[in-house]
Amino acid sequence: MGQSADTLRRTALFDRHRSAGAKLVPFAGWEMPVQYEGIRAEHVQVRTLAGMFDVSHMGEIATSGPDAERFLQRLLSNDLTKLAERGAQYSVLCREDGGVLDDLFTYRLEGGRFLTVTNAANHEKDLAWFREHAEAFDVEVGDARDEWAMLAVQGPAARAALGSIAGGELPDRMRTAELELAGEPALVCGTGYTGEDGCELLIAPDGAAAVWDALLEREVRPAGLGARDTLRLEVCFHLYGNDLSEDRNPLEAGLGWCCKLETGCIGADALAAITSTQKLVPFAFTGPGIPRQDNAVAAPHGAGVVTSGTLSPCLEIGIGMAYVPVADVEPGTPIEVDVRGKTRPAEVREKPLVGQERPARPGAR
Amino acid sequence: MAEASYPEDLKYHAEHDWARIDGDQATFGVTWYAQDALGEVVFFDPPKVGAQVAKDQAYAEVESVKAVSDVFAPLSGEVLEVNEALADSPEQINADPYGDGWLVKVRLSDQSEVDALLDVGAYKDLL
Repeated sequence: MGQSADTLRRTALFDRHRSAGAKLVPFAGWEMPVQYEGIRAEHVQVRTLAGMFDVSHMGEIATSGPDAERFLQRLLSNDLTKLAERGAQYSVLCREDGGVLDDLFTYRLEGGRFLTVTNAANHEKDLAWFREHAEAFDVEVGDARDEWAMLAVQGPAARAALGSIAGGELPDRMRTAELELAGEPALVCGTGYTGEDGCELLIAPDGAAAVWDALLEREVRPAGLGARDTLRLEVCFHLYGNDLSEDRNPLEAGLGWCCKLETGCIGADALAAITSTQKLVPFAFTGPGIPRQDNAVAAPHGAGVVTSGTLSPCLEIGIGMAYVPVADVEPGTPIEVDVRGKTRPAEVREKPLVGQERPARPGAR
Repeated sequence: MAEASYPEDLKYHAEHDWARIDGDQATFGVTWYAQDALGEVVFFDPPKVGAQVAKDQAYAEVESVKAVSDVFAPLSGEVLEVNEALADSPEQINADPYGDGWLVKVRLSDQSEVDALLDVGAYKDLL
């Protein structure tokens, strides 16, 4: 880690990826595994057993000091006073006009310290935003990106595998615990981005390989960023840069639930005044084809645009998320997606696109 | 197929397509290299039977989970048949790129174009 700006950064697990046969690609300035044995096999592995993702490219910002809670309450859209010690909370970081700078998980650690996880491509921007606004508060804002490797261990068998290498009880969902894993100190968080049970692990970079190896021995298989994307899209989790951007506000993105405007956070006034004309909805194709980002949408009450699209490995149909007119958000509404000149029929669906009723053996042909 | 393979009896196009010539007809497909670079194929969007395809021009698309790729015609002609089985099992393009993973059969409009294609040795030199 910590290479010069003109080369790709490598995570502490780079050698493990190479020996696992990963296809490595540039991603947000990092050389990251997009797949190992194949996106669909890794996707099914996570839905049915357990997989692990190296997400060390994600950044961390450490906030502490007497004003830490008041400062984060001003920056983050959610209500920080509702975040208990050792708890996790999702929020967005808004500009004054309500445009979304990033979406983030924040953990409240012991001793009034907070750790906020950033998207890799936004880390520097977020850090500058934090530092700029910190001047009016008695807080310390630190760049903790190089202090942590991050592993997401996800799937119905993830907790059993983690439990067998943990020196204590794993945290519940949306909680954190400081534990030893395979002898390495780790901040274990009951969070994830796949819709499956599991944990995300923050580990010192030089301890990451030991945890990876121990999980490999317990049948947790490596999964790449390709499967991470198909998994999150099936359960309609937002991806910054696709479904969220500075040109979109969190209300039209369907994230009003984490925007507590009464906290007076940056962007609250703008969001209170906004009347959205479009809203982000999940959709599925009713015929052949695969939707892709930026495909044009024709909905009954006007135009829209696809922000994420893929072939669902579980449903084996094209799925995605799109901004459509607010009059067209009802599940079942027919829409058409222009995929490189071909009109593909689709319909608005409920979220998640893949839920409890999914087949016992997703992806099986 | 896991191992790289390039049959001797095919003609190759630099865009990683192959043609199996049979008189005034030919079968087209993509090479082992192309399917390996693409990854698992999950969708094949074929041309219509009767469509004209032109040498060096895109005539179909193959998609993996992550990406879309154009497929280029190694020769010109009229589409006589498309591999309908790929609608249900596009992964045949990965499993058997020169057999069950064939894409289209074409009646050639200019057999002299065959001379411009590569033999297996010349194609492998490009890889």
